[in-house]
Amino acid sequence: MKGGYAGKILRVNLSSGEVMKEPTPEALIKNFVGARGFIAHTLYNEVPRGADPLGEDAKLMIATGPLTGLFIPSTGKAHVGGKSPLTGGYAEANFGGHFPVELKMAGYDMIIVEGRSDRPVYILIDDDEVTLEDASGLWGKGSFDSEKALDDQHGDDFQACVIGPAGENLVKIACISHDYGRQAGRTGLGAVMGSKKLKAVCVRGSKAIPVVDVAGLMKVGREMYRKSVQHPAFELWQTYGTSSVVNWSNRIGAFPTRNFQSGYFELFTNIAGPVMHREIVIHNKACFSCAMCCGKYAHAKTADYECYVEGPEYETTAMIGGCCALGNIKDIAYANFLCDDYGIDTISGGSIMGFAIECFEKGIITEKDTGGLKLTWGDPKAVFELIRMISYREHIGDVLAEGSRAAALKLGKGSTDFAIQMKGLEQSGYESRRAPAMQLSYMTSDIGAHHRPSWAVTHDLRTGREATEGKAEKVIELQHTRPLFDTLGVCRLPWIEMELPVEDYAEAFRCATGLDYKVEDLYKISERVWNLTRMFWVREFPDFGRAYDLPPNRITREPILSGPTKGAVLPQEKIDIMLDDYYSRRGWTKDGVPTDRKLKELGLDKLVKEKG
Amino acid sequence: MKISKDESRCTGCRTCQLVCALCHYNENNPKKAAIGIKGQFPEPGGYRISICTQCGKCIEACPQGAISNVDGVIRIDEDKCDYCQVCVDACPFGAIFVHREFKIPFICDLCGECVEICPTKALFWRQ
Repeated sequence: MKGGYAGKILRVNLSSGEVMKEPTPEALIKNFVGARGFIAHTLYNEVPRGADPLGEDAKLMIATGPLTGLFIPSTGKAHVGGKSPLTGGYAEANFGGHFPVELKMAGYDMIIVEGRSDRPVYILIDDDEVTLEDASGLWGKGSFDSEKALDDQHGDDFQACVIGPAGENLVKIACISHDYGRQAGRTGLGAVMGSKKLKAVCVRGSKAIPVVDVAGLMKVGREMYRKSVQHPAFELWQTYGTSSVVNWSNRIGAFPTRNFQSGYFELFTNIAGPVMHREIVIHNKACFSCAMCCGKYAHAKTADYECYVEGPEYETTAMIGGCCALGNIKDIAYANFLCDDYGIDTISGGSIMGFAIECFEKGIITEKDTGGLKLTWGDPKAVFELIRMISYREHIGDVLAEGSRAAALKLGKGSTDFAIQMKGLEQSGYESRRAPAMQLSYMTSDIGAHHRPSWAVTHDLRTGREATEGKAEKVIELQHTRPLFDTLGVCRLPWIEMELPVEDYAEAFRCATGLDYKVEDLYKISERVWNLTRMFWVREFPDFGRAYDLPPNRITREPILSGPTKGAVLPQEKIDIMLDDYYSRRGWTKDGVPTDRKLKELGLDKLVKEKG
Repeated sequence: MKISKDESRCTGCRTCQLVCALCHYNENNPKKAAIGIKGQFPEPGGYRISICTQCGKCIEACPQGAISNVDGVIRIDEDKCDYCQVCVDACPFGAIFVHREFKIPFICDLCGECVEICPTKALFWRQ
């Protein structure tokens, strides 16, 4: 391979201490392209069926794509993946920042971490030199202190990703943090690092990323930057980032409030973009090569606390602000800081805390379970304390640290009805009982109920919020487009918000690699990866099928309590209509399993046959 | 003319570094940029930009007399430079850079590509 790739895969076995460098296989590049594709293939190919996600056989992949680090907007993304300790299925999360380009410039397209160390370690990469270092001095430290300590020791021209105490304590919603505020948040991959006693990966690279057609890349890159800064939404995005979504989400009744009892939070104006901008934002903070810059760095100070934190992003405001009913932006910022520092995902964290508060309200958990802590809606101190209890697995925190599905199964008393998760992953920040395509997106997402692969709320608004027709088709289109960015190793947001055309990305890919893939070829690769991640679920769960795609009863039976979507449910009949349509369009069985014919068409039949 | 900065506008995206190295070395390698961007995290937040102001401290410091101001641009004479890197330490702005692959340090030549690309206008021309 001439360009677009660093050319090597770094394999580190923590059991034996062995470090290996392998050429990035041509066939892997050709068929799976990068980042997410590399992870899906490696996981299916290398991790044995039934492996314990926190055991010796589990592997953790950190992967970049062919466009990562290149001169087009927002190429600072790395994907982390493996088998999820939270769901037992396919796990993938990504973080932006500066680590990904550093890894690639050190010469590696992907790191595969294998085995398990018996003492805390971190991986230190300085171009070709790769060593395992003692991390006992970092173990127990928060994410911020850990990253700072590595900066101080090695110099700030190194980039680090770290776990906090939650990852060490194998909390199943633990995240991986980088750049003082960027997280690979979802699916509990921080716990996978923790199980391997891997506190951090710290990297410095000095090498150019090979590019076949430099002049061509510069041309398309300049064009993409020009389109971005001239876009009408550029200024708005620069000013507010994702926090501008808070107002809109409430106006359309999609803001997850009090554990998804409502789609409207009566205090939303106190936590929306303009207030956040005025009261706490101190600086804009972009990922590598990003023009639009969704990152807002904040400083929140009250009589009780003070913190510096990146965010809160929309999702954090929705899941901690809405779900737990916190109506003060500073409180949300501080909760965000605690989640980041202890190292838990704010989406799952917010959802689980909302679930816990509702359980307390209904008497399913009591002060006996919480060590005397009263859980009520809108109480910031209870939320701060819950974050700590989950991270250190204290009292009820030990149950909640397993995720809302497992917690509900343990607590019983009907609580599974309002544990808002699918496949074990807590649903992210859009209440979707009146957004059928969005609910279908959550139901069929390949990591559990997450919005990254398909976000279809605006499609529902355009085509009818009750309608089911055409929704499956749109969701599939989105599931092939959005994860394409995750495969190329770039952020999808400039495509969405600055409306950069997919063709520009295909052109950048051609300039970088010399591979003449048309947009349709890239979509085909997306479909291949999507079917492979689906097959991972099929392989891991003997009873895998339609039931795994269903939402909890709250969505199908309980009307939304207030706001513009008051009274709405998404009845089971509609869900069945959409799922039938979805499976059929995908070439899957009526139970949602890819057919042999589909696997053959996508060139996956051999892999699936060999690896069971 | 010199390139001036407004650090309050810098988002740390480092697109300036990408374009700098592409224009000077035909390489996608932000580590070969003659402009420095350092994050100030976790506290107090924000970024420091290092770029040549033509102050001339490096000219005074160079033991070989290899550095001069040619028509308002600081130049390092490759034939005279003996790679001692005294200039790198002498620069009050941290705006002289080194890279593993180069013996000779490098410095901004005022080509202005970074000013052109900066998405937030954190870099601009000043007389």
